Amino acid sequence: MTQLNFQGPFEVAGSGLMTFIRYLGDFFLFVRSYFLWNFRPPWRWALTFKQMEFIGIYSLPIIVLTATFSGMVFGLQIGYAFRAFNAESMVGSTVGLALTREIGPVFASLMVAARAGSAMAAEIGSMKVTEQLDAMSTMAVNPIQYLVVPRVTAGVLVVPLLSIVYIAVGILGAYVVSIYMLHIPDVYFIQKLEYYVDPSDVMGGVVKAAVFGFLLALISCYCGYRTEGGAEGVGRSTTKAVVVSSVTILVTDYFLTSWILEFF
Amino acid sequence: MIQLINIRKSFNGNQVLKGVNLHIPKGKVTVILGPSGCGKSVLMKHMIGLLVPDEGRVQVDGVDIHRLDDARLNKFRKKFGMLFQSAALFDSLTVGENVAFPLVEHASFSKRAIDDRVQECLALVGLQNIVHKMPSELSGGMRKRVGLARAIALQPEIILYDEPTTGLDPLMTDAINHLIIDTQKKLSVTSVVISHDIEGTFEVAHKVAVLHEGVIVAEGSSRDITGSSHPFVQKFLSKRS
Ligand SMILES: Nc1ncnc2c1ncn2[C@@H]1O[C@H](COP(=O)(O)OP(=O)(O)O)[C@@H](O)[C@H]1O
Ligand SMILES: [Mg+2]
Repeated sequence: MTQLNFQGPFEVAGSGLMTFIRYLGDFFLFVRSYFLWNFRPPWRWALTFKQMEFIGIYSLPIIVLTATFSGMVFGLQIGYAFRAFNAESMVGSTVGLALTREIGPVFASLMVAARAGSAMAAEIGSMKVTEQLDAMSTMAVNPIQYLVVPRVTAGVLVVPLLSIVYIAVGILGAYVVSIYMLHIPDVYFIQKLEYYVDPSDVMGGVVKAAVFGFLLALISCYCGYRTEGGAEGVGRSTTKAVVVSSVTILVTDYFLTSWILEFF
Repeated sequence: MIQLINIRKSFNGNQVLKGVNLHIPKGKVTVILGPSGCGKSVLMKHMIGLLVPDEGRVQVDGVDIHRLDDARLNKFRKKFGMLFQSAALFDSLTVGENVAFPLVEHASFSKRAIDDRVQECLALVGLQNIVHKMPSELSGGMRKRVGLARAIALQPEIILYDEPTTGLDPLMTDAINHLIIDTQKKLSVTSVVISHDIEGTFEVAHKVAVLHEGVIVAEGSSRDITGSSHPFVQKFLSKRS
């Protein structure tokens, strides 16, 4: 006779919740030791610059490419929609606000998560499964300090810059579409953009991008750091890094935005 | 001196170490023998605090290493050098940078002195002209020897060797065994060697311990082990030599 292993919905939900809580606890321990090692010498400038280069310079092409097209399509959609109300003059300000406040920081971060976050998880993960992290520890070098701290610092510094690039290029894309395809007079586009988009909007976007950069680097490093089970495990960690960072960016975005809108 | 006191360790319900007691004398070579998969590497990782025992204590020079916090343990590890079974070279660094790693991190040497020391260590393990190669370009035996060069670079007080001669040809095996004895003699290093090479073991060891089914079943001098009446030890020795 076969033994039926019956699990009620509450048991399933309960064990899922327990796993989630265990993960969260483990992640917070990781974050704690990140902060401890972040403030201990030696300061690893060279490694940090290398990571800034890796995240920043090498992400530029994909940032410029995606920014151009998302700016263009956004300009196009808004242009057609606003034409119905004879409000084409507002395309510049609408696109500008949306890009600086939301699309720029969020999309730039998502692109970095996909490109650099996955690489961080794969690199640290393969070091984990081949005992390179253990070897580093035995040589009295803490892997969190050597590998994680430079990547997170680089994420915090570089993602805001990339999101500024995203915003600028996206606005340029929308501008080109508005002028050459929708034939909106360019004075309107620029005038309204200048009028409605304040430095505080850019500031808000940049702060968000810094938070996203911090989170995506930390999460990706964490996924790499906890890799188990050979090459297959490295693949799993890489996927997990991208999925979890992306979801976290979008969820955090909502809360950060509501906070920024309320207090600034 | 390393003292292992009643070490127990399980992984997901699979108990690998079932109460290991072992004394590792200072300034001597101690060899740990045992079939593969019996937990020799796991045992060695306890000695340097990479693994934390479920039960029991590890004392190095009288200090309980699992009581140390992160930062203290990190400092404490400067006493150690360790060769991993898999060599565990950093694959993003060249051979030279790998061997230089502990020197760059912990010694206040000039760049020249570091380069010299790297060359010296690589020569000791019989490797030349490979400083600029990447680990992925090397054979398994060469990687092992680079790992060995890296482990001895800082001239630590305690060196842990996890299967230093596995995968090497007989001549190289001899050379590495001599290197282990020489480093021990010159600097009176405390050495722990995991090995399958029984002949070589009895040549280098001041003390031999046999690990089987999670406990030490025999320990003592080479002669004590060959004379051991424990059935597993007799079987193990007769099959191998
Ligand atoms: N990190 C780990 N997680 C789970 N099991 C492990 C881990 N490390 C070792 N083991 C298990 O412990 C046992 C002993 O492994 P090991 O010490 O590597 O053997 P050996 O004596 O050949 O060096 C093996 O069954 C291995 O699967
Ligand atoms: Mg082993």
